Amino acid sequence: MEANREITRENYKAYVFEKMPKSSHWKNMFWAFCIGGVICAIGQAFIYLYSLWFNMQDASVLASATLVFLAAMMTGFGIYDRIGRFAGAGSTIPITGFSNAVVSPALEFRAEGFIYGVGAKMFLVAGPVIVNGVTISVIIALLTLIFGG
Amino acid sequence: MDYYKKRTLNFANSYVIEGYTVAGPKENDGRYKGFFDFALESDMFAQNTFERAERKMFEHAIEGAISKANLDESEIDALIAGDLLNQIVSASFAAKKTHSGFLGIYNACATFVESLIIGSAMLSNGLENVVCAAGSHFSTAERQYRYPLELGVLRSPVTQWTATGVGATVLSNKSEYKVPRITRGTLGRVLDYGVMDVNNMGAAMAPSACDTLVTFFKDTETSPGDYDVIFTGDLGKLGSDILLDLTAQEGYDISAQHHDCGASLYWDEQQTYQGGSGAACSALIFNSVLLGRLRRCEYKRILLAGTGALMSPTTSFQGDSIPAITHLVEVVA
Repeated sequence: MEANREITRENYKAYVFEKMPKSSHWKNMFWAFCIGGVICAIGQAFIYLYSLWFNMQDASVLASATLVFLAAMMTGFGIYDRIGRFAGAGSTIPITGFSNAVVSPALEFRAEGFIYGVGAKMFLVAGPVIVNGVTISVIIALLTLIFGG
Repeated sequence: MDYYKKRTLNFANSYVIEGYTVAGPKENDGRYKGFFDFALESDMFAQNTFERAERKMFEHAIEGAISKANLDESEIDALIAGDLLNQIVSASFAAKKTHSGFLGIYNACATFVESLIIGSAMLSNGLENVVCAAGSHFSTAERQYRYPLELGVLRSPVTQWTATGVGATVLSNKSEYKVPRITRGTLGRVLDYGVMDVNNMGAAMAPSACDTLVTFFKDTETSPGDYDVIFTGDLGKLGSDILLDLTAQEGYDISAQHHDCGASLYWDEQQTYQGGSGAACSALIFNSVLLGRLRRCEYKRILLAGTGALMSPTTSFQGDSIPAITHLVEVVA
């Protein structure tokens, strides 16, 4: 904002936007890429490990379950939120992020009991993902049915 | 800023007898380490929930202030207190332990200065001793206003960190010794400049802080140079920068005197981005640092402006902007 321009109620939002520190997109993307990549690499390693005993499909399901379990445990120990603080989408988008989104409210609302606390609030963060996921997959399935994809 | 009517009250007999602070572990690791009367080792305070911990902090601060002032609980006429939780439960539940009258108040992070104004006004009306208290707790506020604690999310660079702590002040209508006095108070009005970003509360509150400060200077025909320091509550670094721009535009340069309780509470390494926020900021700094310096006459005249953002998660989700309020008191050594 130019020094001589008056700040008014009308241009206040624009003035604040110019003044405020911006998120560093390149830095955020770099860390999201690295941490997200590491999580996926660990998942792939588990798939290879499990495929020694199971077929490929079972191995990948088991690998996902292992990642979910590890992320839940790291949430419980208070490690996952520290990773998420700089990894951003890199730790939110993989299946581990979903696990974190379910476990963290469950922990938070444990004090309100198992029904009104854990039960009612567990999907506080992950709920929208499930609702939208189900809705969109139904729409896609319908489109596939109609247009015979 | 439009000026309509005088909003400043004069107080003849509001003596600041004593202050007591209970600070969280992170706050006691900050810039004001060692200034607080009682620092928690864990923010659970040996309770099983954070809400109970916040309540216990209130009980502890209120009792502490009363006994530090060499008063008995039965000599207190009224307790005026508030916090950030829904239905101000921390202050109200803590008031179960006292037998004095209780006024529960809420003006978000301006609650502490609001309590000082109400308390001083009540002393003018014949009460003898009142206790004013306000506080907040990071973990309870985070759950109510934002996300679960363990959720891994990227924080915006304009966010602030809700301070954990409670400050309580004993005000009396007379004093045997020379103690700091609250001499004037300016009532804030609610201003909304249309800021929508709930992370950026400093920007939402800065116009209100400017409005109350300018109103005070006009009402009392004083200028920033008459004060040793002017402390705002929790504008944070960005909010403070905006305040300096806004007041300069109104013809008052406060850059030499201005400090912000929230912005100065933590070290940069503590990663709070814009600094502290919450009702605890002004309550902690006033009852420890400022009161101490006023007593030693390092400060002669100061202004304390509590800034509050009055939104709730419901109003934010429904797409309303953030209204803000700022109350101000003048304290003379």
